[in-house]
Amino acid sequence: MEVLLQQCINGLVLGSIYAIVALGYTLVYGILRLINFAHGEVVMLGAMIGLSVMQKLINLQWSVLPIIFISLLIAMIGCMTIGYLIERIAYRRLRHAPNLAPLITAIGVSIVLQNIAMMIWGKEFVVFPPIIPINYYSIHEATINSLQIGIICLSIIMMLGLRYLIQATRLGNAMRATAQNTEVAALMGININHIISFTFILGSALAAVAGLMVAAYYGLAHYDMGFILGLKAFTAAVLGGIGNLTGAMLGGLLLGIIESIGAGYLGDLTGGILGSNYQDVFAFFVLITVLIFKPSGLLGQASGERP
Amino acid sequence: MNKKYGYLSLILLAMNGVASLTFAAELAVKIGIAGPLTGPQALLGKDNENGARLAIDEMNAVGVTIAGQKAKFELISEDDQADPRTATIVAQKFADQQINGVIGHLNSGATIPASKIYHDAGIAQISPSATATAYTAQGYNTAFRLMTNDSQQGLALAQYVTKQLKAKQIAIIDDRTAYGQGLADEFEKDAKAAGATIVAREYTHDKAVDFTAVLTALKSKKPQVVFFAGMSPQSGPMARQFANLQVKAQFVSADGTRTPEFIKLAGAAAEGVIASAPGVVLEQTPEGKVFINKFNVKYGVIQNYAAYAYESTLTLIEAMKAAQSIEPAKYLPFLAKIQRHGAIGEIAFDAKGDIQKGKVTIYQVKQGHWVALN
Repeated sequence: MEVLLQQCINGLVLGSIYAIVALGYTLVYGILRLINFAHGEVVMLGAMIGLSVMQKLINLQWSVLPIIFISLLIAMIGCMTIGYLIERIAYRRLRHAPNLAPLITAIGVSIVLQNIAMMIWGKEFVVFPPIIPINYYSIHEATINSLQIGIICLSIIMMLGLRYLIQATRLGNAMRATAQNTEVAALMGININHIISFTFILGSALAAVAGLMVAAYYGLAHYDMGFILGLKAFTAAVLGGIGNLTGAMLGGLLLGIIESIGAGYLGDLTGGILGSNYQDVFAFFVLITVLIFKPSGLLGQASGERP
Repeated sequence: MNKKYGYLSLILLAMNGVASLTFAAELAVKIGIAGPLTGPQALLGKDNENGARLAIDEMNAVGVTIAGQKAKFELISEDDQADPRTATIVAQKFADQQINGVIGHLNSGATIPASKIYHDAGIAQISPSATATAYTAQGYNTAFRLMTNDSQQGLALAQYVTKQLKAKQIAIIDDRTAYGQGLADEFEKDAKAAGATIVAREYTHDKAVDFTAVLTALKSKKPQVVFFAGMSPQSGPMARQFANLQVKAQFVSADGTRTPEFIKLAGAAAEGVIASAPGVVLEQTPEGKVFINKFNVKYGVIQNYAAYAYESTLTLIEAMKAAQSIEPAKYLPFLAKIQRHGAIGEIAFDAKGDIQKGKVTIYQVKQGHWVALN
């Protein structure tokens, strides 16, 4: 029983991170019908920038809370700038191009960002400095630590904040209008370019936070960490129904928990035939099963071709 | 014009004849060394080359007589880029030059494909650093190595864990690479033979960073020791998550983990982790210390395998002396039966060409540094 509980806690932490990254995919997809494969790289850059700032501030002997706050802030600003530039330079001119062109551009941007990061930070692992004091708490013999609680709480706050922004503000209203129909929204006096730029900036800010959360959780960052993470988060977004914000959150949490439980029980369930090395296979198997019965994802609406 | 040059060339030819007459008493011995001299492992390749060069210079200075002639050893260094394909090109080049013996290669991946070419050409080969069991398992009478192989390392680890740590319940994780899987299999076999129970055999891959699910599954089986066969980019985060999940077991790993990088990645969780490395600690023996001093004077700090390259070269030359021949066909039987003592301890080969009683050193992280335990 405590194993199941522990696996759920592991999955919840992993899932919160997936969810935040998945939101970035789903935001952009909702508005542009573009799968921004460079999003994983923005997460990685967030982690790298945050860690560099953190190291500088530690050398200046600041105390813990301002260090975390300032490095998070600078990472967010850095990623927002990068997100804006990606859209402005790589995607804007291709907005009316056939679907494949921006998709391939996205993969290109991802490779470029990865190589830039490799040139700046090298092929070495960048280590998260051990400044956050970690306390352990036990629930029925399962362990959870303060860092994991922090990650879950921060994710929930960001998800609620985003929901509020989209549902209850004028800006959110404009975003939803743009998502529904770009041309009509423009006729209603919405500046489409601003809204699209803002969407990228918003997604990148979330990515920066996710990047630092990953770095803190695993204790390291690496120039190619964004690829797998991006792939998993994209899977989560598809699982929940890409384009749907609640779907991305649900998909992220579900994927995290499925992976953890899959890795934990696969070996026992199959009598050792399939080991924990099949944890990813198991996650994708669940994804395929869901897509067979509900092709638009768990919460996605079936959408026809956009005019 | 033509005539003039004709005379000149005649004179040169004559001079050449005189020159070869004077050196006729010298026997040119060509020894090849192959390893990566470019790329990320270039430092290690150069280190091996320096080790071999030190041996050659010493032997030339002392003077070795083979079959009544004074031997003049020459080192021919080639770059295999740690690449299996380039390694075969280098090997073919050595075979075409009819080289008298080869020290190399550095990596198992390069050594194994090259060994077939050396075997077909009948050239003796001593690898200073390849550890994959497969290298000497091919049954070539030309393949030797001084470095402890992976099965010897697996055995030493299993013995340490069962005897020293007295572990009865062991969990094993490997990274599914040729290295990790091979080592984990050896370890599992030897640990079972020593009476331990394998409570879990889990897997990960060499790009993974999240091991919480696997470790949670292990934790419930209550192992006393968790053995991981893989490299430090995985073992570092794994050690952290091990501590986070409060798994009450000893974390043990092998040479892929015994790196400064592991300590950096695992942070505070590195403390107390045990890992093995093939080979001896040079600092612990007087012969080893002598070698370190000699090497430092000439080439600076030892990177890793220089002493092994040095001893490989000396072993090869020793076999030539014993056979009184520089032809591999003649000295190979002597090489197989060689008994000598060097900077790395006793050197003798078993039937397969592996070093007998290959040494494995067990290390533990103490105050942020790897400290040898035995």
